[in-house]
Amino acid sequence: MTTAAAPTVAPAEAASYAPSGIWSWITTVDHKRVGALYLYSALAFFIIGGLEAALMRWQLARPNQQIVSAEFYNQLFTMHGTTMVFLVIMPLSAAFFNYLIPLQIGARDVAFPRLNAFSYWVFLAGGLFLTVPIFFNVAPNAGWFGYAPLTTRPFSPGLNIDFWVMGLQILGVSSLAAAFNFITTIINMRAPGMTLMRMPIFTWMSFVVMFLLILAFPVITIALVFLLFDRFFDTTFYSIAANADPLLWQHLFWIFGHPEVYILILPAFGLVSEILPTYSKKPLFGYNVMVYSGIMIGFLGFGVWAHHMFAVGMGAVADTIFALTTMLIGIPTGVKIFNWVATMWGGQLRFTTAMKFGIGLVAMFTIGGISGVMHSSPPSDLQQSDTYFIVAHFHYVLFGGSIMGIFGGLYHYYPKLTGRYMSETLGNWHFWLNFIGMNLTFFPMHYAGMLGMPRRIYTYDSGQGWDTFNLMSSVGTALLVVSSAIFAVNFIRSRKRGAVAPNDAWGAGTLEWSIPSPPPEYNFAEIPVVTSRYPLWDLKAPEKTAGITHSAPDELVITASHAVPVHEETKRTTAKALGIPMPVPTAKPAVAALGLLIGFTGLLYLHIGDQRVAIAVAVGGVALFVGALYAWLTSPLE
Amino acid sequence: MATAVAHEPHGPPVHAHHTSTGLDHRKIAIWAFIGSECMLFASLISTYLAYKGRSVVGPYPHEWWCRATGAIAEKRELLASCAPDQIVRPILNIPVTSQSTFVLLMSSLAMVLALAAVENRDRPKPATLTLGHRILGSSRLWLGMTALMGATFLGYQAFEFTSFVHEGLTIKTNLFGSSFFTLTGTHGTHVTVGVLWLLTLLAIDFKRGLTTKDTLLVDICALYWHFVDVVWIAIFTLVYLIR
Repeated sequence: MTTAAAPTVAPAEAASYAPSGIWSWITTVDHKRVGALYLYSALAFFIIGGLEAALMRWQLARPNQQIVSAEFYNQLFTMHGTTMVFLVIMPLSAAFFNYLIPLQIGARDVAFPRLNAFSYWVFLAGGLFLTVPIFFNVAPNAGWFGYAPLTTRPFSPGLNIDFWVMGLQILGVSSLAAAFNFITTIINMRAPGMTLMRMPIFTWMSFVVMFLLILAFPVITIALVFLLFDRFFDTTFYSIAANADPLLWQHLFWIFGHPEVYILILPAFGLVSEILPTYSKKPLFGYNVMVYSGIMIGFLGFGVWAHHMFAVGMGAVADTIFALTTMLIGIPTGVKIFNWVATMWGGQLRFTTAMKFGIGLVAMFTIGGISGVMHSSPPSDLQQSDTYFIVAHFHYVLFGGSIMGIFGGLYHYYPKLTGRYMSETLGNWHFWLNFIGMNLTFFPMHYAGMLGMPRRIYTYDSGQGWDTFNLMSSVGTALLVVSSAIFAVNFIRSRKRGAVAPNDAWGAGTLEWSIPSPPPEYNFAEIPVVTSRYPLWDLKAPEKTAGITHSAPDELVITASHAVPVHEETKRTTAKALGIPMPVPTAKPAVAALGLLIGFTGLLYLHIGDQRVAIAVAVGGVALFVGALYAWLTSPLE
Repeated sequence: MATAVAHEPHGPPVHAHHTSTGLDHRKIAIWAFIGSECMLFASLISTYLAYKGRSVVGPYPHEWWCRATGAIAEKRELLASCAPDQIVRPILNIPVTSQSTFVLLMSSLAMVLALAAVENRDRPKPATLTLGHRILGSSRLWLGMTALMGATFLGYQAFEFTSFVHEGLTIKTNLFGSSFFTLTGTHGTHVTVGVLWLLTLLAIDFKRGLTTKDTLLVDICALYWHFVDVVWIAIFTLVYLIR
């Protein structure tokens, strides 16, 4: 399958060099281990979010069922959306950012290793804030985009929305901290010769996502601050009695929310741009255009938010402008689809599981993209708004797009993470059940929506033509549950029993495949010098890139003499033995995150308990946060 | 070009970290942070402006208000029919806030001098130092001055907030109160963080003395401080000066 030699260091021996024990995980500042923490946490949240979906589909399988109450159903759809967006797709992408970006650009870690650990712990705190309440029947219940005034105290008096507001606020801190870190890492830590236009596309798409994060998250931060103040301190931001604008929240939320959509999809686009060339044995078609279209999507992503609000009556001018910008953003996205198809065209395709998921993304995202263009037109959107047609659309882009891309990425990069392959047989079952299950779940929703079935109803009467479509969707969801279980088995089993993978598990061309699997703590024993976009192919398989421009045109002809060194280990060694300075493990970032968690808990208590206790807890949490921050900033990194 | 790069020595860096741009990581991160902060304040200012003139009760920022009748007027004389004890004056006190604005803007000058003092510490100096040299070369003085001016601004803000509350405007009163206090309060929080940051630098300076190598520490703090200043120029213009 590949020409790469088997590793001379067995995975078991490599593993014995990795630190172990729970304390080593709490104190780790290694980007690969932080990435692994993100991965495991997000997969756990994926199970929770998936079960929430399964419960909803069980409830909706037949008309007039009473498996869950209407109130609990509200919690289910709110938490399913919130979980999948903020606790599954974003952190799964973050797992890849953490693991891959330093490896792809030839760096030994991220720019701020401790800030990176802090991002993870804050994410976990926010995740717990959002997830735990459902076990006590007080989960957020106003939809994942929490429209105010519905979410203000008079209409949502319970703790439910308090958890939601604070959970999202905490997660925002995590995302912002991570984004500053990765922007700096990508700008400043590229290996010699790794120009911007030689960066792997995954790193490029991540780079665009980081800018979306730092520009979009402040907006929802402010929207949430207003909501928090309205709920706790009786301000009037969303109070209709005080003549507040009922659309203020919607505007602020969607100015964040639409870039958020691209925050969710661009990392998957990046992964697929690594997968397709590898299994087609061809460089990515139109690299430059891929980069430019990614940037274009990022820019236009800020100018389309009001297409989520066509039904509120903004007037013809606003509707027209946002319809046009929305149609415009279809162009760079379509360009990407064509480039992926052209990448495969004439290639020697290998249908591995990763490749199947990659192609699955291209096909499924196209369907979701086309239905997106359908409701970019306001007259058409008025028919579809708040129906299952919209649900079908965004699941095709987020499940068919993001999740499929991420699954592809997991199969592709599993050997790099663990030194072993995942089972292709189980992978095959996973892919096909997932693919059929996904289409069976979401395709009928187009029809149910067109027949007028509204979103977010907990049950329905028969005789409206919705029964069959709902049953199909529920059967499809059962298939998705089975396929996810197969994935879980494969993921866990292969860790110990998978076939041993060489450094370059798939014959890929980028830097992360030049180092041992799993990589040593210092990643690169020697920082490589990069002379092209697929340095490993220049070295090992020059025929793949022969005659195909894969570098900036003014570059020299690549010869093996200045290709990157490929590290075949004979024995694993430590950074210390090589004289490479490594960051010292520290628990301070985790303690700082704990301080934030305690601080917000105190604030939460303000409304239900003794105010003095609440204030004491909040102040204590903030003091812990500030103390840990000072201790962290005044102690040396290495 | 590629060959030139290829023959550069590489491998584990000995002292300072090699970076692609030659800039320190922290410098890039602070610029990214400032970019993000622009969106934070843009959201707050936009909300303030969107809610301008929408409040259904007073006090109002620039208008006279009759509490009994709810009448609003540009001039006090126009509320002649209102009982004098029911008249509420325009809440914003532009002369007083102009003073605090002046202090905050001058603090940026002190910040520049603090940075220059640290940056130029290793420059060869004349044998006899004049008083001017001593003053300009004292990073402690200028860091302290910057922090003091920041604290003065905060003092003015505390005075402003208390007097507004006495005149009947709280964060709960109306849309103006909610958006005004949240916007200026967020800015004030940023100034507070800046003052704490400056005091931390000052403490380091007293403890071990800031040297040229610490220029970056002062530089990133200065970038933050100037940004907070610039934001205040926008707030002062849009909230206080423009009717």
